[in-house]
Amino acid sequence: MTAIAGRGGTPLRRGFAGLLKYATLIIASAVVIVPLLAVVLTSLRTGGEMSGDPNPLSAPGDWFNLHNFQVAFTQGHMLRALWNTVFILVFSLAGTVLIGSMTAYAVDRFEFRGRRLIMGLFLVAALVPSVTTQVATYQVVNELGVMNTRLAPILLYMGTDIVSIYIFLQFMRSIPVSLDEAARIDGAGSFTIYRRVILPLLRPAIATVVIVKGVMIYNDFYIPFLYMPSENLGTISTSLFRFKGPFGAHWEVISAGAALVILPSLVIFLVLQRFIYNGFASGATK
Amino acid sequence: MSVSRVTGARRELPSATDARPESGRSRAARRRRWCTPWLYLLVPLALLGAFTYVPVVNMFFYSFTDWDGLSPDRDFVGAGNYVDLFTRSQYFGVFTVSLFYLVGSAVQIAVALYFATILSFSTRFQNLFKGILFFPYMVNGVAIGFVFLYFFQPGGTLDTVLGLVGMEPRLWLGDPDLVNTSLAGVSVWRFMGLNLVLFIGAIQSIPPELYEAAALDGASRWQQFRHIIAPGIKPIISLSVILAVSGALSVFEIPYIMTGGSNNSETFVIQTIELAFDFNKVGLASASAVVLLLIVLLITWVQRLLIPDERVELS
Repeated sequence: MTAIAGRGGTPLRRGFAGLLKYATLIIASAVVIVPLLAVVLTSLRTGGEMSGDPNPLSAPGDWFNLHNFQVAFTQGHMLRALWNTVFILVFSLAGTVLIGSMTAYAVDRFEFRGRRLIMGLFLVAALVPSVTTQVATYQVVNELGVMNTRLAPILLYMGTDIVSIYIFLQFMRSIPVSLDEAARIDGAGSFTIYRRVILPLLRPAIATVVIVKGVMIYNDFYIPFLYMPSENLGTISTSLFRFKGPFGAHWEVISAGAALVILPSLVIFLVLQRFIYNGFASGATK
Repeated sequence: MSVSRVTGARRELPSATDARPESGRSRAARRRRWCTPWLYLLVPLALLGAFTYVPVVNMFFYSFTDWDGLSPDRDFVGAGNYVDLFTRSQYFGVFTVSLFYLVGSAVQIAVALYFATILSFSTRFQNLFKGILFFPYMVNGVAIGFVFLYFFQPGGTLDTVLGLVGMEPRLWLGDPDLVNTSLAGVSVWRFMGLNLVLFIGAIQSIPPELYEAAALDGASRWQQFRHIIAPGIKPIISLSVILAVSGALSVFEIPYIMTGGSNNSETFVIQTIELAFDFNKVGLASASAVVLLLIVLLITWVQRLLIPDERVELS
C-alpha cells in the first residue's frame, strides 16, 4: 500500500486531525474486535464459570480449556460438516473455473453468429439477484431430481456465477491473440490451444475466482439450507446453525462452534491477504 | 482422455486439407469454426438456462396462479396475487424494514469513504487497520449471527460495555422498535470492509501528482477529498450505492439466523421464503419475488441512466 504524500494545514490543526484520525481508527477496530473477543473468551470458559460470572468479557480460568471446542466438534458434527463443505467446494470450484474459462474462450476467441446474443444473455443474467428467484429455482432443482444431494449446491454454484465469467473474459482480452495464432500454425486444434495456451495463462484469473468463490461458498448459508435439509448433508454453515436447538443456552459451546468456523477464515485471510483484497475488488466491480 | 484424442486427430487436419482444392478446405474450416464455439458453450448455456432463465420465466408464470408448490393442478388467478400483495398491509409492511437497512447502507458507505480516505494518506499501522476493518467480510454469516446474538443478549457484551460509560441496558433484539436498528448495525459491521477495500483501491488509482499539486497550492485535506478523491472514485461509489440498495432490499441471512424474522424484523426475502416453503403459497411468493426483481432491475436501470456507461476500472 503506497501512501500519498502531501500535507496541508497549520501544525496545530494537523495535530488535532492526527489525533482524531487515530481515535476513530482505534474505535472502529474496537467495534470489530470486541464482539469477536467476547465469543473467543466465552469459548474458553467452563459451564460453571458461565453461571458464576455472567460478565461476557471475563477472562477464562484456564486459557487452554478446549473442552467446549471438543463438544462443539464432536456433538456438532463439525468433521462431517467440513467434509461436506470441502466436497462441494472442490467440485464447484473446478466446475466454475472450467465453465467460466470455456465461456470466455468461446466468446472472446471465436467469431460466430449469435455471439452478441450470448453475451447479452450472460449480461442480463448478472442483473438478476439469485436470492429473488429461489422460489422457482427450487422447482427446477426438484425436477432435476438432485434435491437433498450435494449435487444441488454444486450445480447452483457453477450455474449461477456470472461474475467469474466476467473475470475470465476481462483477463482473456489481455492475452495476445498472436499466441493462439502461433499455436494454430504449429498445428494445434482449438481444444489444445485452450488447454495448453489459454488455461495456463489464465492462472491469475483462476486464483482470483478460486479465492472469491471459495470464501463465498464456505460462508454460504442460503443454498445449503434450502437444498440440503438432511442433517447428514450439513455444511459448515448449516451445521453451525443447528447448534441453536440442542445447545440452547450453552453459550460456551455455541461460542466454541462459532470460533471453530471463523478460525479457517482468519488463517486464509492472514496468508492470502493481498490476493483477497484484489480478488474481492475485481469480483465486485467487473 | 477421449477429447484429447479427438484433437489429436484434428491436428492432422490442416496438413491434410492443404492438399485439397481451395473451396473444399474453406468449407471444412468454416463448418469446424461454426460448431467449435458452441461445443464450449454447451454446458455453460445449459446451466445458465436451467438456473437463471427457466426460474425467472417460471416465476412470472407461477405468480399468476394459486399453486401450492406440490399438487399437480393449479388455477390461473390473474393479477390476484399482486392485488393481495399490495393491499394487505401484512405483506407490504416488510418494505418499512428495508428502510432500516437502507439507512444502514448509507452509513456504511459514508464510514467506508472516511476510513478509505484516511488510510490512503500516510498512517501508522495502515495495513493492520485495513485488515481489521476488512476481516468481518470474510466471516461466516451464521457465525456472525451467533456472535451478535451473544453480543446483544440482555446483560451481554454491549450492555456491559455501555454500562462502563453509565448507560442503561436495553433489549437490543427484544424491543420491536430497536430490533431493526440492531440488525442493520450488524449488517454495517459485516459489509463495511468490502466498501473500504473497493474505495482504497479506487483512491490508489488516482495519480499521486494530483495531490502533490493540490498540496503545493495549499489545498486542505477536505478540499483534496472534495475535488480530487470524490470525483475520481465516483463510478465505484455509484456501484456501491446500487449494490447497497439491492442488498438492503434482499436482506436474508442476518435477521433469519438471529431472530427468524420474529418481533417486527421480517424482511422481504424471509417473508417470500416463508410463504413459499412454510405456507405453500408458491403463487403469492412468486408474485412477491417478481416485485422484488422488478424493483432491483429498475434501480439498476436508473443508475445506468444517471451515470451512462462509465467504466469502473481498478487495477
